[in-house]
Amino acid sequence: MADQILFFIEVVVGGLLAGTMYSLVALGFVLIYKASATFNFSQGAMVFFAVLAFVGFMQDFNVPFVLAFFLAVFLMIIVGLCTERLVLRPLMNQSEDTLLMATIGLGYVLEGLAQAMWGVEVRRLDLGIKDFPIPWIADNLKLFISAIDLTAGIVAFGMIIGLTLLFKYTKMGLGLRAVADDAGAASSIGIPLKHIMLLVWSAAGVVALVAGMMWGARAGVQFALVDLALKALPVLIIGGFSSIPGAIIGGLLIGAVEKVLEVYIGPFFGGAIEGWAPYVLAIFFLLYRPEGLFGEKIIRRV
Amino acid sequence: MKPIFMTYTRGDLINLAILLIVGVVVIPMTVSSGYWYTSILIPWLCLALATIGQQIIMGYTGQLALGAAGFMAAGAFACFNLILRVPGIPFVGALLISGLIAAAFGILFGLPSLRVRGIYLMVATLASQFFIIWMIDKFGWFKNYDSSGIITAQDIVIMGKPFTSPVEMYLVIVAVVTPMTLIAMNMARGSTGRNWMSVRDMDIAAESMGVSLLKTKLQAFAISSFYCGVAGALFAFTYLKSLEPVAFDIKLSFKVLFMVILGGLGTINGAFIGAAFILLFPVLLNYIGNNVFHGAIDATIISAIEQVVFGVLMIIFMIYEPLGMAKLWETIKIKIAGLFSKK
Repeated sequence: MADQILFFIEVVVGGLLAGTMYSLVALGFVLIYKASATFNFSQGAMVFFAVLAFVGFMQDFNVPFVLAFFLAVFLMIIVGLCTERLVLRPLMNQSEDTLLMATIGLGYVLEGLAQAMWGVEVRRLDLGIKDFPIPWIADNLKLFISAIDLTAGIVAFGMIIGLTLLFKYTKMGLGLRAVADDAGAASSIGIPLKHIMLLVWSAAGVVALVAGMMWGARAGVQFALVDLALKALPVLIIGGFSSIPGAIIGGLLIGAVEKVLEVYIGPFFGGAIEGWAPYVLAIFFLLYRPEGLFGEKIIRRV
Repeated sequence: MKPIFMTYTRGDLINLAILLIVGVVVIPMTVSSGYWYTSILIPWLCLALATIGQQIIMGYTGQLALGAAGFMAAGAFACFNLILRVPGIPFVGALLISGLIAAAFGILFGLPSLRVRGIYLMVATLASQFFIIWMIDKFGWFKNYDSSGIITAQDIVIMGKPFTSPVEMYLVIVAVVTPMTLIAMNMARGSTGRNWMSVRDMDIAAESMGVSLLKTKLQAFAISSFYCGVAGALFAFTYLKSLEPVAFDIKLSFKVLFMVILGGLGTINGAFIGAAFILLFPVLLNYIGNNVFHGAIDATIISAIEQVVFGVLMIIFMIYEPLGMAKLWETIKIKIAGLFSKK
């Protein structure tokens, strides 16, 4: 019996830690949604683009790790700049659906560019962290927890704390919240809209890069990352589109629930229910609480 | 209820007659190479039909759904199983029933649309996409316990006559697509379509004017997935000639979405234009790659370029012409007419 409980805990912990990776992608999404009320469908493509560029710099040009990281960050800032200039600004004041479709196009562009520049083969990314159980925990608590999962969890929480502080206590963060609340009013009192947008898209790019590095180290840098990143969407629905804590809790919830379902119920249906379980969970959430756990209630008027 | 068939102007009838003569008489008589049928005309018409389905839900009713390929898969496998298990079922009957089965799925997964819209709905319909493919993949019954994963589609037999050559299959598709397109056009401009569009433009206003959201949305989902289901069955039986769940993955859903947006939201002829563009552009790109650069460009690079171009076009159309190529075509027609009238 004790073994079964331990196994259950192991499944849940593994799911939670895997869930932090969904949280990381969802985080980038929330950042952009908060600042510009745009559903950025291309966040998954940004993850793929950022990490492929990072690995490409390292492997094709033999750039050292740190420099490659900063080059990739720089690249993501350029992507943010171009997006703001070429996509968002011409579409200002358009409906949410229009912007959403434009970001689907943007996602296609990023995926295509990444593959044209760096090729389509799966690349290995070695962060020096192994995908093995941590010996100390395995010996003392009898739980098998992968080192890379744990690292991802710690990194995710570090980023969340950093971003929350940025939003709450800096002047930039205040400006950001003002823009999110009412872009017109914010710009009329002299908050530089363009700079805020650029900042947000760059921050989302960096978050995408980190998420991609974590995922890439685990499963290889490949196109499948884009499909994995789609799972950030149910995470967002559960957590609410405009809440950073929501993204985290949604991610953890999806991670844990999909693992538990897969391990305990999956075998009865031939497995692989991970593929759709998060979406079905999201539908149930939509039926009972469409604004998500932490989202703001949506009020629509004629 | 208003009658489904409304009056046509003389110009409409002439256009229809010309199109039918070209489609049924001129093309089969002049085009003899199988390549044109199997690689261009057949997939074009099948995907255009699916695009009409997506057009109904997205362009007319304004619901951002992203599960066309899932419903196509439902239609395709329903058709396969009907022909396999029901002895003596006519092909057209099987096709219609497959459409109805897909429509049932459409209603089921359209239910969330009553509560949510925009990207929320998109996520809900993604559930249908992943769930339907998973279901077909995991339950052997749907695939007749075939372990290879690829099942050969049965031959199309109508009234005892097999339709297996490219030209014959093309004619079968024309015979299905033509009436369905006409019906879609009529629905779109009749009271059904007006209800759809009122929901699209402002659902709360529509509701307060007495349009039942429940009925209108679910009806649109049902009709849309009916079209997708029939298109999927035709696609599998004539173009793929095999049934594999992988062929109906999310990439196909995105493709259909692109056909709708580039073709023009809320137009039926946009469905045909969009489908033609998305299908022909890669062909053109490959042709340039092979003949201008003589294969110096890798095939993967070409497909990456294709993706970039589609994405860029999507953004450009969103910015400059949200109504897509169909509107562009109208504008060009008016410009040309203007040139002639000046003389």
